[in-house]
Amino acid sequence: MILKDGSTITRTTSVKNELGMHARPASRIAQMAGSARSCIWIHANSTRVDATSPLDILTLCAIKGTQIAVEIENQKDMDVLNQIIDFFETGFGESQK
Amino acid sequence: MNLSVSGQISIRGISGSPGICIGKAYLVDKEGVNLIKRYPISDAQISKEIDRFKQAVSKAKNDYAKIIESIDKTIEDNLDILETHMALFEDKMLYGRTIEAISTDKINAEWALRKVSRRAKDMFQQIDDPYLKARVNDIDQVTDKIMSSLFGAEDKKISDINKRVILVAHDLSPAEASQIQLEMIKGFVTDRGGKDSHTSIVAKSLKIPSVLGLGKAMVNVQNDDILIVDGSDGLLIINPDEDTLFQYEERLTKFEAYRAGLERESYLPAVTKDGVVLNLMANIELVEEVVAAKDYGAKDIGLFRTEFLYLDLRRFPTEDELFCKYKELVELMSPHSVTIRTLDINGDKVNPYLSVVEEANPSLGLRAVRFCLENEPVFVTQLKAILRAAAIGNIKLLIPMISCVEEIIQVKQALGKAIHELEQEKKIFNKDIPLGVMIEVPSAAIMADHLAEHVDFFSIGTNDLIQYALAIDRRNPQVAHLYQALNPAVLRMIKMTCDAAKEKGIDIVMCGEMAGDPINIPVLIGLGLTHLSMNSASIPVVKNMIRNIDSRKAESSMEKIMGLNTVKEITEYIINEYKDALPFQGTDESL
Repeated sequence: MILKDGSTITRTTSVKNELGMHARPASRIAQMAGSARSCIWIHANSTRVDATSPLDILTLCAIKGTQIAVEIENQKDMDVLNQIIDFFETGFGESQK
Repeated sequence: MNLSVSGQISIRGISGSPGICIGKAYLVDKEGVNLIKRYPISDAQISKEIDRFKQAVSKAKNDYAKIIESIDKTIEDNLDILETHMALFEDKMLYGRTIEAISTDKINAEWALRKVSRRAKDMFQQIDDPYLKARVNDIDQVTDKIMSSLFGAEDKKISDINKRVILVAHDLSPAEASQIQLEMIKGFVTDRGGKDSHTSIVAKSLKIPSVLGLGKAMVNVQNDDILIVDGSDGLLIINPDEDTLFQYEERLTKFEAYRAGLERESYLPAVTKDGVVLNLMANIELVEEVVAAKDYGAKDIGLFRTEFLYLDLRRFPTEDELFCKYKELVELMSPHSVTIRTLDINGDKVNPYLSVVEEANPSLGLRAVRFCLENEPVFVTQLKAILRAAAIGNIKLLIPMISCVEEIIQVKQALGKAIHELEQEKKIFNKDIPLGVMIEVPSAAIMADHLAEHVDFFSIGTNDLIQYALAIDRRNPQVAHLYQALNPAVLRMIKMTCDAAKEKGIDIVMCGEMAGDPINIPVLIGLGLTHLSMNSASIPVVKNMIRNIDSRKAESSMEKIMGLNTVKEITEYIINEYKDALPFQGTDESL
């Protein structure tokens, strides 16, 4: 689902893996976000954090099932947005129980 | 704590492992914060200071990249943690804010980093989630790394210590302990930890004297202070006066001579005076420990703890990874048996990746077989690996924390599933292996006669049995002294279990630390136990004790002991009856 809110674009997903958000996926996400042209934000548990900071992402306390929204400010970062959403959708590539 | 005129300080703790050592103190502490200077910088210096910080970060990152390169790429998942740290080096929360702090507060880079890292740590500390709380360590490590490249100082790691020292630490994790170069360490003392904590088990296997649970060692000891560690008595003496030093040197000589004598005899069989043969086995955690176990005269591996691989990888290992480890172990031990205990994750060894929900009482929580039955794929994977290794060597399967008959039935169902999957996958395996359960929950001891009908052997795990039976947390220094193997209630539970095993004709082993303490041996022989598994370093001294005992006498003293009311009476009775057999401990009484 893509929502257009002013100049930003948001896609939603949820945390799918058993362990929830932990250090490894957080740093991978930060790497992905690092390649974006403009700011990328992650929303969860009514908090917004900078997607380029693994520590910030961890502070979302996103356990399995947490609703996530990823927001970009620049249309050109659509690829990065999709990449991050896919990463969530595949449970961070962790084997499932 | 006791302060004498000469400046000698004595602090009493808990004996971690017996023995005496005298040497210089080496403090292991993560926060060298006291050394961090704070100084103001002028406007003109700001950009220079920021550059200095950036250079330090890039140096730290380069060092890390080298480490990552040097790691075997086939075990890529081990890299996760290092790569996570790599990402943290330039995390805005640390990197960005440190640069901000340098320019807005006009302070030096070290102080700015310290301030920012403190703030980030506080934030994580407040989160009510054990995994996230533990991220404080990641922040610490990354901060330390940058800090040391700011100083230009060498990285102080345990593995780098190059003189014979006594380690003084707040706590010593198994990971840290595994880095210790044994020949460099005389002994160690910690402020945390209690008898039979993981730290103490490590100390015993390293065979170096240690005192744990001191509480105030870190604040009283300075680097290079002269220390006496009396591991037998649980005493730390800081800056001893000459008399004390002389006294301890004498004691040390005697103790070393005694221990050397025992080890020379460790190849002799474990036979009582009247010819009863006992089988002494080793408890191990790493395949690497097999050599030491054999040196100490262990015949079989009576307990192989399997948690290490899980904790080391920080994820669930695959069937093949587990199989490779088990295969290596059984091949090394062949034709002798290896008892593999299935995953026993507990309060001691919690891995943040495994515990999703915080438990108020982890030792009464979802641990060991309970965890495995709840997470069946994890359990079945391990069972499959064990069954496959059983086609190569002599394996016994041991299930921890069984508390009722239903759990065994469920375990057997999981086992059936593992066998079915292996058949489907056409893998080579052996399903005819003895199945045993740990008797470590009081309800299992009470139900032992019923449990015996479902299994091939019992293994009494005294560490937990004592803890649960007496409601004592053995890691809590305030009550650790009440954790007593010779408590009459404990002895009754062990006797019930032994009687049930005898009646139903199944094998019985004791694999707790209780089996490794010579004072308990008359009782264990008296109860008819012939299979004892222990930390391999304890084998020589236990063997010596066994060789000095007459099993008929032990049986009759057992009757007397079962009539006694208190730990004190029982201990005194044994010391009195067996004073010639009991080992020299290097303490005052035994001199």
